[in-house]
Amino acid sequence: LAADDLKNSITAENMIEEIFRREAGRVLATLIRLLGDFDLAEEARQEAFAAAIEQWPTHGVPANPRAWLIKTGRNKAVDRIRRDIVFRTKIADREFASAAADEVGALDDVDDTFGDDRLRLIFTCCHPALNAEAQIALTLREVCGLSTQAVARAFIVSEETMAQRLVRAKKKIRDAAIPYETPDSSVLDQRIEGVLAVVYGVFTEGYAATVGSDLIDVELCGEAIRLGRLLDALLPHNAAVMGLLALMLLHHARRLSRVSDAGDVVLLDDQDRSRWDQSEIAQGLALVDKSLRVPGQVSPYTVQAAIAALHARAGENEPTDWPQIVGLYEVLLRLQPTPVVELNHAVAVSMVDGAARALNLVDSLAARGKVTEYHLLHAARGRFLHQLGRLAEAREAYRNALNTATLEPERRLLAARLAALQSH
Amino acid sequence: MNYLLLVYTNEAEITGLGQSELKKLTDEYMEFTKSIVQAGHFKAGDRLKPVTAASTVRVRNGKAITTDGPFAETREQLGGYYLIEAKNLDEATAIAARIPGARFGSIEVRPVWPPMT
Repeated sequence: LAADDLKNSITAENMIEEIFRREAGRVLATLIRLLGDFDLAEEARQEAFAAAIEQWPTHGVPANPRAWLIKTGRNKAVDRIRRDIVFRTKIADREFASAAADEVGALDDVDDTFGDDRLRLIFTCCHPALNAEAQIALTLREVCGLSTQAVARAFIVSEETMAQRLVRAKKKIRDAAIPYETPDSSVLDQRIEGVLAVVYGVFTEGYAATVGSDLIDVELCGEAIRLGRLLDALLPHNAAVMGLLALMLLHHARRLSRVSDAGDVVLLDDQDRSRWDQSEIAQGLALVDKSLRVPGQVSPYTVQAAIAALHARAGENEPTDWPQIVGLYEVLLRLQPTPVVELNHAVAVSMVDGAARALNLVDSLAARGKVTEYHLLHAARGRFLHQLGRLAEAREAYRNALNTATLEPERRLLAARLAALQSH
Repeated sequence: MNYLLLVYTNEAEITGLGQSELKKLTDEYMEFTKSIVQAGHFKAGDRLKPVTAASTVRVRNGKAITTDGPFAETREQLGGYYLIEAKNLDEATAIAARIPGARFGSIEVRPVWPPMT
């Protein structure tokens, strides 16, 4: 009998853990709406989970655990607000706290619009009145549920620094009354752009870390894709959302082949295609098609995803469709005329029209003086010059690239290129 | 919540405007002010005289020192303000974006603490 009890309690524990994992984000999002305060909501959720661990094993798991957790969390918070009254002396405070407790206690729409609450949370965390770093940090912490320590690691700052950054962001939300709302349709597209920029920021930080010794932070990429899927579920048929999710999936599908066992960069041409994640590629390709079928202006994310799709479709027997890639980069240049897009366009041009024309494009980009510190520009020049047989200049370009590159694996690749040229 | 909307514009740009342009801008401001009064957002608002008329006061070691103007090297100067009531930051920034000066200057949106009790 004792063994049975033990077995039951273990399965109950697993079940409770599973429920917590599934519901943590939704419970928090709704508690923030009900309580109007991030910290109060986090404490309330913690207390609700503690109460569940105490009560569920003996009383059984409630029929609607999510509603139970939200209701319990809200009641705990109301108790806390009421309890605080005892410790306060000022009458004005007492009236305020009492009114606040009544207000929270009166709210009874615990069991509706959970999806909307998570969307509200995303829009609040990605509000343009918060600085870009705070937006990403807050989203990882509050929407993805990463610990402060994990978010700090992603930003390569101390846990204390990150905790302060999060506190400041939440204080601004409170002090400036940043709303906990899905924005009006008049500004919705613009605000979605901001949210997507945050998700893309999380992904690129994971995909090509800007500092450190590891090339890919798979955890961050995974979080970004999870966010993308959540947005796609909450804002269905949005071309930009689908485009970004497709872009991330198509890049993420190649994660195992992008880095060698020794941690070195493996360029697209040399990658082992059998290690590409075919399921992610299939999802990505389907999303690109769906996104392109949405009427209206095409999203830059979709164009980038379409380029990634052409790379993914190419195989051993099927050459990469470089002319179409050049065409897509020209579309992208019209939507997003940035130096990085120009550089990628030049690399594609080199595959169609040769290195001489590509070198012209890159030199004109460099002459405008915006990107002299960008190591990939020098690396591309080095490659074109090498192809043109101008070896001394190629060496010089690779040396410049090496001087401006910060990521260890990339530095190793550039050093290898340079060494190969020295022996000529 | 109350928000103070601080209108920063380049004074030289404004003083350089022709008669008809200035009239147009003034009309736009009157139109805007009327609209936020009607919508119940308006609490207060004024246009400021140029920084050439400004003085800065500091108290150091118990002595008040008055100096000429604020920092003249900044490109934009505080030219006026509105005190408005809005339900949240999004409503406040939407109102700020409608201030005519937002098109060529910038509007700082500052939430106001409720009065101390």
